[in-house]
Amino acid sequence: MGKRFILICASIVFLSGMVNAQDLLSGKVSGNFQIDAQVYKADSAIGAEEVSEKMLMNSFANILYTQGSFNAGLRFESYLNPILGYDNRYKGTGVPYWFVSWQKEKFGITVGNFYEQFGNGTILRSYEERNLGYDNAIKGVRVVFNPYRGIALKALVGTQRFFWETGPGIVRGIDGEFAVNDIFDITNESIPRLTFGGSFVSKYETSSDILVGDNGDQLLILPENVAALSGRFNLNHKGFMLDGEYAYKYNDPSSVNNFIYKPGESLLLQASYSQKGFGVILSGKRTDNMSFKSSRTESGNLLDINYLPALTRQHAYALSAMYPYATQPNGEMAVQAQVNYKIKKGSLLGGKYGTDIAVNLSRITSIERTPINDSTALNESGTLGYKSDFFAFGDELYFQDFNIEIQHKFNSSFKALVSWVNLKYNIDVIEGDPGDPMVKANIFIADATYKFDPRNAVKCELQHLGTKQDDGDWAQALIEYTFSPTWFFTVMDQYNYGNEDSDKKFHYPTVALGYTQDSNRLSVSYGKQRKGIICVGGVCRTVPASNGLTITLTSSF
Amino acid sequence: MRLTNSLLLLLLLTSSVAFAQESEKNLKKLPSVSVKNLNGQTINTAELTNNGKPMIVSFWALWCKPCINELTTISDVYDDWTEETGVKLVAVSIDDARSTAKVGPTVNAKGWQYEVLLDANGDFKRAMNVNMIPHTFLLNGKGEIVWQHTSFSEGSELELIEMVKKLNAGLPLE
Repeated sequence: MGKRFILICASIVFLSGMVNAQDLLSGKVSGNFQIDAQVYKADSAIGAEEVSEKMLMNSFANILYTQGSFNAGLRFESYLNPILGYDNRYKGTGVPYWFVSWQKEKFGITVGNFYEQFGNGTILRSYEERNLGYDNAIKGVRVVFNPYRGIALKALVGTQRFFWETGPGIVRGIDGEFAVNDIFDITNESIPRLTFGGSFVSKYETSSDILVGDNGDQLLILPENVAALSGRFNLNHKGFMLDGEYAYKYNDPSSVNNFIYKPGESLLLQASYSQKGFGVILSGKRTDNMSFKSSRTESGNLLDINYLPALTRQHAYALSAMYPYATQPNGEMAVQAQVNYKIKKGSLLGGKYGTDIAVNLSRITSIERTPINDSTALNESGTLGYKSDFFAFGDELYFQDFNIEIQHKFNSSFKALVSWVNLKYNIDVIEGDPGDPMVKANIFIADATYKFDPRNAVKCELQHLGTKQDDGDWAQALIEYTFSPTWFFTVMDQYNYGNEDSDKKFHYPTVALGYTQDSNRLSVSYGKQRKGIICVGGVCRTVPASNGLTITLTSSF
Repeated sequence: MRLTNSLLLLLLLTSSVAFAQESEKNLKKLPSVSVKNLNGQTINTAELTNNGKPMIVSFWALWCKPCINELTTISDVYDDWTEETGVKLVAVSIDDARSTAKVGPTVNAKGWQYEVLLDANGDFKRAMNVNMIPHTFLLNGKGEIVWQHTSFSEGSELELIEMVKKLNAGLPLE
């Protein structure tokens, strides 16, 4: 009797121990890391300055732990010292990002640092773009609540990342999204799908002394709480889509808008139709005084609460991406149209695999601005700034891009792409080079790949940019050999042969070699890099000219 | 007496064997993140399934040339792949608000037959530890991530379909 009792107890203890061990073992750890190291050589000809550290390095590592409905993670970052083109205030090492979250069916909570987007982001978007050094993560608390099928509610409070600290303003926001078809359990696909949503965001920043006026002696009464509202809808039916988002921001005098008290507004409207082999999309956007930051004295890409997308095509080739557009938060009117078409397989121009054609046009102008009265100059600090007709396009052209891209696969070994881009780029407004004339450029791209056998291929890219402004004409040639799935070897040169100044007709050659093993990749490149702009997702950073060796190591596990 | 003792011993043994099995490699499954599909519906990524067959999840964007290359190359042979192995490819676009609306028309014009998801703020990308794209994951019939690969070069799709065939045949991947 005694022995059996002990045996039963031992089994119970052992079984319950096993259950607890199972919980522990079911937690999973994963992560990724990236190291970018650059060794610099001074090159006064191209404007590459001496770098006293000789070598600069950016690195980060993400670790994620998940177990059932519990998640935790952190990011370790180290910039010793930040590579050229990254803000020097990133210098140092630390853990600027960590979070813990619980997620149940109807309810979730995150504490720590997080990223979030309300709708299209016109009044709230916090996100990261590591290759640009962009990170406006919110540090605080976020709650997600789905009380009923088709209803998603979010609320958050926090401060935003500012290098290794946080910004002075507190951001509070709530968002609700309602999927009508899900709420009323409409599963019939012949009924259009309607979703609508709304958000309210408010920032609080203590007042400070800001003096304006001709004598610099007028103290501004600054609003400590600035609110913004937005409403959106999305309609989807068979191949049609209609999407709109309107945002309104109450008075928000800041360095970006020259401390005017005018409210801000933005409207984004997109309509598209697509079916197999054909797609068309038309978009329009008005932005009027919509810079929304959690610090009223900040400029540049820091402490943005919202995100104003550039309604332009993101080009994937170096010369067509040489003059990228950056949204003008103080005001712009943009339209964009794109048609995608596939010439069918088997037809004369389609060949065996079909031919893909994409035509895109975007045009961005200023907004119309008229003075508020006879005695106030346009945009004068401390006033309502200006009046602007909501639907009027201003007189100044900021950007125009017309491009055509044709891709065709001739047979199983050979495929090619050709593209033409016609650009008008207002370098005065976009890059802040007052007085410089509008850059008008024509860019031609030819990109062909030939496969010797299933694993060996060679790619050749020829690019040409023709312009009479800025630095003149450019030509670029690139040859890349790949042995899949592991090796690549690239040789390329960018040549500014059309520069008016014969002393500035520089070559920017680069050699690169890389090795990939599953989700690990190492690449080494050596050469000269032109001073220019790198843009990812509409946010750009300028990179100075540089000459030297770059090593990038990245891995996911 | 002997029977009950033997039963208890059996219970102890089976529970210890079960414990040993639990300590084997615990593979990660898809996390639970909200993304949208091309119809504007919200999808929970943890519910993505291919009914017991292997599934490929590939992160891409309109501005990523190698990603478009990879998905176009697979698209040319996708019918063969699905017929032979029953595999399904889920293409997750990380294009943000600037280009999200262009994904549908572009994908439909190209004639891709994948399930396309929109991860506009990168939540799914972050939860999967994706850094550079293209980044492709292979899941087995149980929804466990068994292999992942970044970058694309001509011919790497051959490696991918070999892995899918091995999964179907129950063979180990390495």
